[in-house]
Amino acid sequence: MISTVFLLLLCLTGLPLIFTHEINDALGYSPKKEPHPPGASKLSLDAVGRAALADKPGSVLLYLGWDKDDPGQVYTYANTSVTADPQTTTVKTFDEYTAKPIGSVGGGPMLVLLRLHTDVYLGLPGKLFMGFMGLLFMTAIISGVVLYWPFTRRLNFAAIRKEKSRRVRWLDWHNLLGVVTVCWALVVGGTGVINTLAEVMLGVWQRNELAAMAAPYAGKPPPAQLASLDKVVGNATVAMPGMDIAFIAFPGTPFTSSHHYAAFMRGDTPLTARLMRPVLLDGETGAVSDTSDLPIYLKALLVSQPLHFGDYGGMPLKIIWALLDVLTIIVLGGGVYLWWVKRSKVRRGARLATAGPALQAS
Amino acid sequence: MGETPLPSRAGTWRSVFGAPIVIGILSLGGLLSALLLGEVGKYLSWIALAVPLVISVRAYMRRP
Repeated sequence: MISTVFLLLLCLTGLPLIFTHEINDALGYSPKKEPHPPGASKLSLDAVGRAALADKPGSVLLYLGWDKDDPGQVYTYANTSVTADPQTTTVKTFDEYTAKPIGSVGGGPMLVLLRLHTDVYLGLPGKLFMGFMGLLFMTAIISGVVLYWPFTRRLNFAAIRKEKSRRVRWLDWHNLLGVVTVCWALVVGGTGVINTLAEVMLGVWQRNELAAMAAPYAGKPPPAQLASLDKVVGNATVAMPGMDIAFIAFPGTPFTSSHHYAAFMRGDTPLTARLMRPVLLDGETGAVSDTSDLPIYLKALLVSQPLHFGDYGGMPLKIIWALLDVLTIIVLGGGVYLWWVKRSKVRRGARLATAGPALQAS
Repeated sequence: MGETPLPSRAGTWRSVFGAPIVIGILSLGGLLSALLLGEVGKYLSWIALAVPLVISVRAYMRRP
């Protein structure tokens, strides 16, 4: 029962999160860049990096990222050190043509909702707890499918007995809305559970695949001077023809070794754009050191993200996603109502209505 | 579609789970098509994933 309350919290906070991008735009939390005159040329990436450091004295860069749908700007991630608490990292975008700051990213009310949705402000334990709630959600869905049979086998599909009592009507709605959304809800729930394991999976990758790729550098001191960012991106792009840079991780961050830059390259289809491929480059020289496909569990994570967010099919898909979420909220709310009615009936010692099969606690 | 229970037809496995299974397969197809089939897949996903919504609205509109 308590878990149903958490599931309602997940569905309710998730509803506006579907439209994070649009809401941030409307509330002014999205950086707005100025249009460039045609024929303007980009500055060097090193110049942008220097500007980002000058903007926040005493900090180091952790990552530089590029949004496929919003070219012309670089997302810079800065903090006091590469190992500082990720929640304190500041994200700011810079213009690639002028190296001027455009704006901060990821603040405001949507961040509060995101934290409530992912870890209730408790960090990794909170995430794993939410993952466990997600597993309970999937179990509840499957038990609902099992109970669908005794409750509806005497009815036509989608029959709502509108002339019957409120309890019977709610039972019919719970069954109908539940059964038509079951596959969607299982996918969104399951991919949500996978997402709660992101940090754990990243740790496994660091200790195994990444450590193996960086093994020739074991025992060497960390780079004394960092290679040029333009060289890093240039070399990575040459090594992975047909792919485009998604983000660079600076040496020592969780996405690379302490000796390497990691350039994460993406393809150009909806699927290959998600399945990034890391290229490790020597931190001092910028020369390509190694590259390999991500392991299957990280690929599963990357593919599961769009299936959880619903952000991969344009605005119509987002709206459908939101409406399916509303149906799920009704199913959960109806489930709570049916549970409540059954409980108070049992307490009064009353016999259950004879019309349908007995309500079972779920 | 009738509103009242039809005891004569009660409880074949297919009459109960047939429609849900078709809807489920459509949902999964829609979820994957936008990811795998590019622009066309996007339109397919809108159609396939709108099916549960259409069924729910139709059930709501039906007169008692």
